[in-house]
Amino acid sequence: MSKRTLIALLILAIVACALPFIVSNYRTFQLTLVLVYAIALLGLNILTGYNGQISLGHGAFYALGAYCTAILMDRFGVPYWATIPVAGAVCLVVGFLFGLPALRLEGLYLALATFALGVATPQLLKYHLLEKWTGGVQGIVITKPAPPFGLPLNPDQWLYFFTLAIAAVMFILGYNLIRGRIGRALIAIRDQHIAAEAMGIHNALYKSLAFGVSAMFTGVAGALGAVAVQFVAPDSFNIFLSIVFLVGIVVGGLASISGALYGALFIQFIPNIADEISKAAPWAIFGVFMIGFVYLMPTGVAGAVRLITRRKAP
Amino acid sequence: MDALLHQVLAGLATGGIYASLALALVMIYQATHLVNFAQGEMAMFTTYIGWSLIQAGMPYWPAFFLTVGIAFLLGVLIERVIIRPVEQAPVLAVVVVFIALLLILNSVTGWIYTYTIKTFPSPFPTQPLFGNRYLSSHELGAIGITLVVLFLLYAFFRFTPLGLAMRAAAQNPESSRLVGIRVGWMLALGWGLAAAVGSVAGMMVAPIVYLDPNMMGGVLLYAFAAALVGGIDNPMGAVVGGFVVGVLENVLGAFVIGNELKLSVALVIIIGVLLVRPSGFFGRTQVTRV
Repeated sequence: MSKRTLIALLILAIVACALPFIVSNYRTFQLTLVLVYAIALLGLNILTGYNGQISLGHGAFYALGAYCTAILMDRFGVPYWATIPVAGAVCLVVGFLFGLPALRLEGLYLALATFALGVATPQLLKYHLLEKWTGGVQGIVITKPAPPFGLPLNPDQWLYFFTLAIAAVMFILGYNLIRGRIGRALIAIRDQHIAAEAMGIHNALYKSLAFGVSAMFTGVAGALGAVAVQFVAPDSFNIFLSIVFLVGIVVGGLASISGALYGALFIQFIPNIADEISKAAPWAIFGVFMIGFVYLMPTGVAGAVRLITRRKAP
Repeated sequence: MDALLHQVLAGLATGGIYASLALALVMIYQATHLVNFAQGEMAMFTTYIGWSLIQAGMPYWPAFFLTVGIAFLLGVLIERVIIRPVEQAPVLAVVVVFIALLLILNSVTGWIYTYTIKTFPSPFPTQPLFGNRYLSSHELGAIGITLVVLFLLYAFFRFTPLGLAMRAAAQNPESSRLVGIRVGWMLALGWGLAAAVGSVAGMMVAPIVYLDPNMMGGVLLYAFAAALVGGIDNPMGAVVGGFVVGVLENVLGAFVIGNELKLSVALVIIIGVLLVRPSGFFGRTQVTRV
């Protein structure tokens, strides 16, 4: 990591810590969601950006993580912080298992299979046999955690810092994963899977692993999202969520760690801006923004930033 | 037994609609190797145009053909204006553009026509044809129209010089360009045809599911399933797949798992087929050179 990147990261950390004391509680809540989405997008980016497997169904893993947390808190009285590793572990296993049949699917076919998963998610959550736990259509309401140890923070600010800490851990994990042996294997599979296999990389294992790890990140994000929003219901995890995730990583920048953050800012704030521009057809404006970003920055915001900094650097 | 027969026939009718949309998907896939996620919304939008024409007092059949014509122009326009600039972009960027198109069409339709559910007229008589007890005449008519569309497309691609040129452009763009085929326009034409086929599907499904901006969500998923069952590079397979998915959806929904999980049937079909035969039942297995 170069000196410049370190300085940039330090500034980012200071700004991130200062923000909740400057902006309103509602903005703090929105920023918490940005962090949550950033974790989810990082997870999807490991799968799609670095390993080349397109997923249009990551909302399902987000929902799984959210429901794990909600059910553990609501039915079993587990404290919120203890539910997050559980949600991650469950998603890791489920993602790995979903990755096994997905091994046989390439590109487009995988996109369609995961698309079907994303579409079916709300229905599966509403299924009447599961209603005992999931609360059916009504969903589950969970309580907002109060700051511990008598910290002088309001609940929104505490939640923000809690999410920030976990996001930092997840980003470091993701960074190390990508930079290490496993990350190189994933990228090799994406670029030339036959050559990778010839070099002794176990394609099937690594691809399923990528699915599992990616689902784990997204599941942790879902768990944090559930705590932040304090409510889970089947219809908030529709196909649209999965689509928005994919849009986020493409706009933010594929195969880039920082891209996850840009993408999260995009999917959190652009709909608000679109809503302000036109109340009648906000999603049309959002669509125009999407097309605009793809036209102007085909490699995403992260790619554009890289291009600009490289030009400036001597 | 009677109930089963009834479900199978009703499944054939909805299957015909899935088949039309699957056909539109396959056509764009063949020409560009992309799956158009906005296909359902394009069909929905053109169905609204048809509704406006009928509301304005036009008789059904002229409105029907005029809508198909407008859909064709719309498809060409979308290819020329929106898709062409990202032709060389990475696949995922194009997918995002498709999704943007889906959102824009959906939102604009909701804005123009509001989200209230509208009824769409059927061109067929209300009492069942030929005194049969199983199929309403609209269902029978929808099957018939699907088959007619399929036949017309087959004839177009098989027997006309333009169809031959389009097939050539899809199969080998470089060589086609060398023999003087305008590949770019062939692609636009393919988009136009797909949009036209989609509009037929939209107008056939609207009397059954009623007209609202979100009506195509489920239908599109079944159309994907149909295209995959048949093999995404085979138009004939897409039609057979459409009928199979329609029947499976209805029979399983009615007798095995209930209506609650109907959409999950599509998920199971997609994953099941892909596991057993990744290239679909009629598709060609892709062979790549290392």
